Amino acid sequence: MSVVVRTVTRVILPVALAFGAYVIMHGHLTPGGGFQGGAVIASVVALLVVVYGGARLKGAKGWFAVLEDVGALAFVLLAFLGIGATFFRNVLAGSGGLFGNPVPQPGPNPGDLNTAGTLPLMNWAVGLKVIAGLGSVVLLLSLFGREDG
Amino acid sequence: MGNMPFVVSMILVGLGFLALITRRNLIKLTIGISVIEMGVNLFLVSLGYVKGGIAPIYTYAPPGFKEMVFPTPQALTLTAIVIGLATTALMLAFAVVIYRHRGTLDAGKIRELKG
Amino acid sequence: MVHAPVLAIAVPLLGAFALPLLARLNRRARDLWAAGIAVATLVFGIAVAVQVFASGRPLVYTLGAPSPTASVTEGGFPIRIVLVVDALGAYMGIIALLAGAVGLFYSFQYLVEEEGKTLGTSLLLLLWAGILGLVYTGDLFNFFVFLEITSIAACALIGYRVWEPRPPEAAFKTMVMYTLGGLLVLVSVGILYGEYDALNIAYLSKLITGTLLDKLALGLLLGGLLMKAGAVPAHMWAPDAYGEAPAMAAIVLVANTQAAIYALLRVVFTLFGGALASPGIGWLIASLGTVTVLVAVLMAVVQRHLGRLVAYGAVSQLGYMLLAVGVGVVAAGKGFGEVALKGGIFHMINDLASVGLLFLVVGAIRRAVGSVDLLSLGGLGHTLRWESGFFLLGALALAGIPPLNGFASKFLIYESTFKASPILAAVAVLSSILLLGVGVRAFHGIFLGPKTRDVASSPRGMLVAMGVLAVIIVVFGLFPGFFIERMVSPAVQAILGGRASYLAAVLGG
Repeated sequence: MSVVVRTVTRVILPVALAFGAYVIMHGHLTPGGGFQGGAVIASVVALLVVVYGGARLKGAKGWFAVLEDVGALAFVLLAFLGIGATFFRNVLAGSGGLFGNPVPQPGPNPGDLNTAGTLPLMNWAVGLKVIAGLGSVVLLLSLFGREDG
Repeated sequence: MGNMPFVVSMILVGLGFLALITRRNLIKLTIGISVIEMGVNLFLVSLGYVKGGIAPIYTYAPPGFKEMVFPTPQALTLTAIVIGLATTALMLAFAVVIYRHRGTLDAGKIRELKG
Repeated sequence: MVHAPVLAIAVPLLGAFALPLLARLNRRARDLWAAGIAVATLVFGIAVAVQVFASGRPLVYTLGAPSPTASVTEGGFPIRIVLVVDALGAYMGIIALLAGAVGLFYSFQYLVEEEGKTLGTSLLLLLWAGILGLVYTGDLFNFFVFLEITSIAACALIGYRVWEPRPPEAAFKTMVMYTLGGLLVLVSVGILYGEYDALNIAYLSKLITGTLLDKLALGLLLGGLLMKAGAVPAHMWAPDAYGEAPAMAAIVLVANTQAAIYALLRVVFTLFGGALASPGIGWLIASLGTVTVLVAVLMAVVQRHLGRLVAYGAVSQLGYMLLAVGVGVVAAGKGFGEVALKGGIFHMINDLASVGLLFLVVGAIRRAVGSVDLLSLGGLGHTLRWESGFFLLGALALAGIPPLNGFASKFLIYESTFKASPILAAVAVLSSILLLGVGVRAFHGIFLGPKTRDVASSPRGMLVAMGVLAVIIVVFGLFPGFFIERMVSPAVQAILGGRASYLAAVLGG
C-alpha cells in the first residue's frame, strides 16, 4: 500500500485501540460494550490486513484462536460464579470490592466505573472473544484466496 | 410519518427477498440475507421508540427529562446484529470454499445448489 | 440439583469452549474432557427429567435471580430470563440428550485427527447445548438465540468435510434456509413484543387475545419453524444437509429438526393456548406432513447416494410427526386427537433411534469403504457383520414393521389419522410400504452378494454407539406400553391440559 495509507494507519492505530478499549470498559455505563468495542479493535486488524497483507499477519492466527477460547471460557466461568444463588447471579455487585461500588440512585448521575459487579468483567470477556473472533475471520478470509491459506 | 421506519424496514426486507430470488451469485445471496437482516433489525429498533424519548442512559440524561425509549428492543437488536454477523461470516467462508472447488460463484452452475 | 436445568445447557457450552484449549495441551486430556462433559450433561439432563416426571409440575429456573424460583418481580411481572421445563420439554430433552451422547461417543473413533477432530467435537457440544437450550427456554427471545446457535453450529458441522466439493454447498444452502426461518421467527417475536411488551412465553400466553397481529405472528412463527424442520415446500436443504454431514452430526441434526417440531407444539398449544389453533391450521400442518412423507419417499426410491437415501427417509419420518401434530390440532378436544399426539410424540424418539442408527451405519460404511455410492457397493455383509444387522434393523424400524419401535408409534398415527381423514392415512401407510421396499433394496445392494473387497470392521466404540440405538429400537418395540405410560402420556397431558400449570409455575398463583 502507498505511503499515505501506511502513515495514516500508524496514526489511527493507537487511537482506534484506545477508543475500542474505552467502549468495552464503559459498556455498563454508556452505549457500547464487549461486542461494539471488540468490533472497533477488530477493525484495526482489518486495517493491518489491508496495509500489510494477510500473509505477514499469519502468525497471529494461533493467538487469535487461543484468545477467543479464553474469552468465551471466561464469560461462562463468570456466569458460574453466581451458582451459589443462581447461574448468572451478579455476586460482585454492591459487595464493596473492585467493581463493587453501590450503584448511584436512579436518575441522572456522572457514572461510576467501579460499579456493576461482574458485568464489566463479562464485557471484557466478550470483548476479547470478539476481537479474536472477528480478527481471525478477517485474517482468514484474506488468506483464503492464496494457495497456502 | 410515524410509521415511516416500519415502511422502510419492510422495503428493505422486500429488496433482500428480491435479491435472493433474482440473483444467482453466492456473494449476492449473502448480501441479500444481510439486507433482510437489516430490515428486521430496523423493525425491532423502531418498535421501542417513544415519541420525544431520549436514549435510555442515566449517565447522559439531561436533568428533568420526561421519557426514555425502551432499552429491551435495542438489546434484542444488538443480539440479532451479532448473530447476523456470525451468519454472514460463515456464509462468506463457505462461498470461498465453494469457489475454490468449482471455480465459480454462480449457484446455477453448481449442481448441489439447484432448486 | 436445583440448578440442573441451567447446568444441562451451561456444561456442554463450557466443554465446547475449553476443548480447543485442552487439545493444545494433550489430545488424550481432550477426549477425557469431552467424555466427562457428556456424562455430566447426561446426569443433569436426566435429573431434570426425573424431577419433572416425579413431581408432575413444570420446573422453573430463573437466571440471575436471588433464588431459582423467583421468576417474577414484586409487580408480578417476569423480567428475568427463565428456563421452564414441563413434561414435554423433559421428554424432548431426553431425546436431545440421547442424540448428543450417542453422537459424541461415536465421534471419538469416527473423526480423524488430521481432519479437524477438535473442531468437530467442539461444534457438536455447541450444537448439543443449543438444542437443550431451545427445548428448556421459557422466553421467546432466547428461543430465537438458541435457534440461531443451533443453526450456525449445525451448518458448520454440515460443511465439516471442506475438502470435498459437496458439503460446503449443502452447508451454504442450509444456512440460507435456516437464516430465513430464523428471521421469520425474529419478526414475529418483534410483533409480539411490540403488541404486549413482553417476551416471556407464559406471560405472553396470558395476554394474547387473538388479534389480527397475533395471527400474523403465529403464521410467521409456523413458517419459520417449518422451514427449520424441513417440511415440504422448504425441504430442499434437508437431504443435502443430512446426506453430506458427518454421521455423528447427522443424528444430532435429526434431534435439531425434532426440536423444531417441539417448538411448533409449544407455540401452538402453550403460547397461543389453543385460542388460535383452529382446525384450519391443523389441516394445513397435516397435509403438509403427508405431502412431505410422499415426496420424500418417492425421492428416496431414485437415490444412488446412500447418505441421501437415508436422508430422504429422515425427511419422510418428519412428515409423519407433522401429520400427527396436525391431526392433534384438528381434533384437539377429541379422543383421537390425543392418540395422534401420543403417536407423534412417541414417534420422535423412535425416529431418532432408527434414522440415527441408519446414519451411523452409513458413516461406518463411508469410513470403511470410502464411498457411499450404491452402485459401487456390494457384498459388504461378509466383513461388516454387525453393521449389516444394524442396517436391517434400522430399515425395518423405519418402515414400521412389528415388533420394532417404529410400528408402535406409526400404528397410533395411522389409527388416529384414519378417523380424521382416511385418504391421508392411506397415503401414510402406502409410503411406509414403499419405504420398506427402499430399505430392503438398499440392504440387498450393500451387504448381500459376493464378497468384492476386504474392509476393516468398525472400531468397538462406534459399534457400541450403534448398539445402544439398536437396543432402544428393540426394547421400545417390545414394551411400548411402559414408555407411553411413563413418558409420552405426561408429555401429551402437558400439551393438552398443562397450559394452566405452565403459566402458574412461571407467574405464580
